[in-house]
Amino acid sequence: MHPYLLRDLHLFYPEIAITVTLLLVVVADIVLARVRGKITFFLTALGLMVAFALTVPLFGAGERTLFFGMVALDPMAVFFKGFLILTSFLVLLAAPGSRELARSHLGEFYALLLGVTLGMLLLASSVDMLMLFLSLEMVSLTSYIMVGYLRDDRQSNEASLKYILFGAVSTGSMLYGITLLFGLTGTTKMAAIREVLASGVAAPNGMALLVSTALILAGFGFKTAAVPFHFWCPDVYTGAPTPVTAFLSVAPKAAGFATLIRFFFTGLSETTPGSTQWSAFPALNWSFLLLIVSIITMTLGNIAALRQDNMKRMLAYSSIAHAGYLLMGTVVLSSEGVQAVLIYLITYLFMNLGAFLVVIEIFNRTGSFDLKDYGGLYKRSPFLTIAMTIFLLSLMGIPPFAGFFGKLFVFGAAVNRNLAWFAVVGALNSVIAVYYYARVIKTMIMEPSADGRRIQLPWTSQALVWVMLLPTIGMMLVWDSIQKLTNESMKLFLGS
Amino acid sequence: MIPLTHYLIVSACLFSFGIMAVLTRKNAVNVLMGIELILNSANLNLVAFSKFSSANLNGQIFAVFVIIIAAAEAAVALAIVLSMYRIVKTVNLDQADTLKG
Repeated sequence: MHPYLLRDLHLFYPEIAITVTLLLVVVADIVLARVRGKITFFLTALGLMVAFALTVPLFGAGERTLFFGMVALDPMAVFFKGFLILTSFLVLLAAPGSRELARSHLGEFYALLLGVTLGMLLLASSVDMLMLFLSLEMVSLTSYIMVGYLRDDRQSNEASLKYILFGAVSTGSMLYGITLLFGLTGTTKMAAIREVLASGVAAPNGMALLVSTALILAGFGFKTAAVPFHFWCPDVYTGAPTPVTAFLSVAPKAAGFATLIRFFFTGLSETTPGSTQWSAFPALNWSFLLLIVSIITMTLGNIAALRQDNMKRMLAYSSIAHAGYLLMGTVVLSSEGVQAVLIYLITYLFMNLGAFLVVIEIFNRTGSFDLKDYGGLYKRSPFLTIAMTIFLLSLMGIPPFAGFFGKLFVFGAAVNRNLAWFAVVGALNSVIAVYYYARVIKTMIMEPSADGRRIQLPWTSQALVWVMLLPTIGMMLVWDSIQKLTNESMKLFLGS
Repeated sequence: MIPLTHYLIVSACLFSFGIMAVLTRKNAVNVLMGIELILNSANLNLVAFSKFSSANLNGQIFAVFVIIIAAAEAAVALAIVLSMYRIVKTVNLDQADTLKG
């Protein structure tokens, strides 16, 4: 065995921990037939906790690559590993409480959740186009199965079918783009691609470079649900079991942004040492492409969300709009913008998972996702009403809740790069968004209810809602440490 | 010897046929065939570039991985199509219309 492989192995412990847990869960699910529901759950929870504990010490490991330049180990990768493991853990806690999933056997669900987590960890840290494509497919293939997990449910199957057909075409186009980029630059390593572009060898093929970048953007756009690759999003979010929807709206989107930032910053931008700003190469000016995508994504997401009566569909369009804001932080091409994306993702994790958690709890009692069935919720369950109101206010970006700070930093980063008009577009979009979020709050408090029975929550669900609620309310109290964490996490591996 | 351009033209044609099949076919299995065409056009590109660049095997190794991914994707996709067929009794994509709005 090559000595480098062994030497790097201890820096790969989180992934190894998740792989081992995945295998254990599969075996335990088969062998321990009687108690398996509980035992696979605890195994998965334990495995994710161990993986998280193993990720934290990697934060000080510097910036380098592992396994012959296939994956990077830099603060940004470690940040996203921690973030993604935490997201999977929170979704895992929410899964057994959902009535949709209760009918099916959950052992395989936990195995799939671990599989998709492993794929996302690799995706967030890959610096080679081969690794990027493989981990992207690993995330996609497992999430297709998770969406279609309710085997006897027509909508779940239909969502899964739409997801895989759309996903396969998007990732196929991305692959075609990667092959063109490989042909034009002669390498699959992102840092080496940048060096070739900087040397100007590929400059005569500017148009081909732009086409290949646009094709690659199809894959990223699909993962992050950005227009025009968002068509799957509302249907899949509606048809999938709600815990899976909650998961898809946060985790693969975050992993998509991690790899998008890595690809565009490491591979396709140049910077001078010590500078906090990047710029696209003159031969390959992709930033206007992302700028347009960002504006269309947030506008279309917000406008389409206005006329939705199904909560899951509304939150799907809202998550498309949030992808637009996140893209905005990326396309300003400064370290401030990257930091804004990281802050935005932290806030988005809690407020969006929280909103979906309330949707799950209400479905458990009423069996409906329709907005009209949220009428009179204030009388039926004041706790859920207040929690949902706070999550929605945070999604709107109303201070003092967490979502405000994410938006503030993204818009601030745009203004600092002399893109004030871009920030204005974002702010106008936030105003549109107030309407559909406020509509839910109005329905919960003002409309009458057909069913006056009170909703009693089990203590586990209540505790989980509190877990999402506390960071959403109290983000500003720990503001200094979040700023310090994201400031540290911006460091990207840029060498070759 | 066949120049690189010829390979690229064939692969671009394959890619376009694949996209066309995806966009026009109503049968889910036909759409999956179109997706295979897309993946294989990328494979052709990879191998051709690898052959014509300076003795770099990266592209051919990449192509082997793509073949594996294509097999995995086909397995999952066919399983989902089959599961859909059990419920709707058709593989016509026009029948998958309960999610709208």
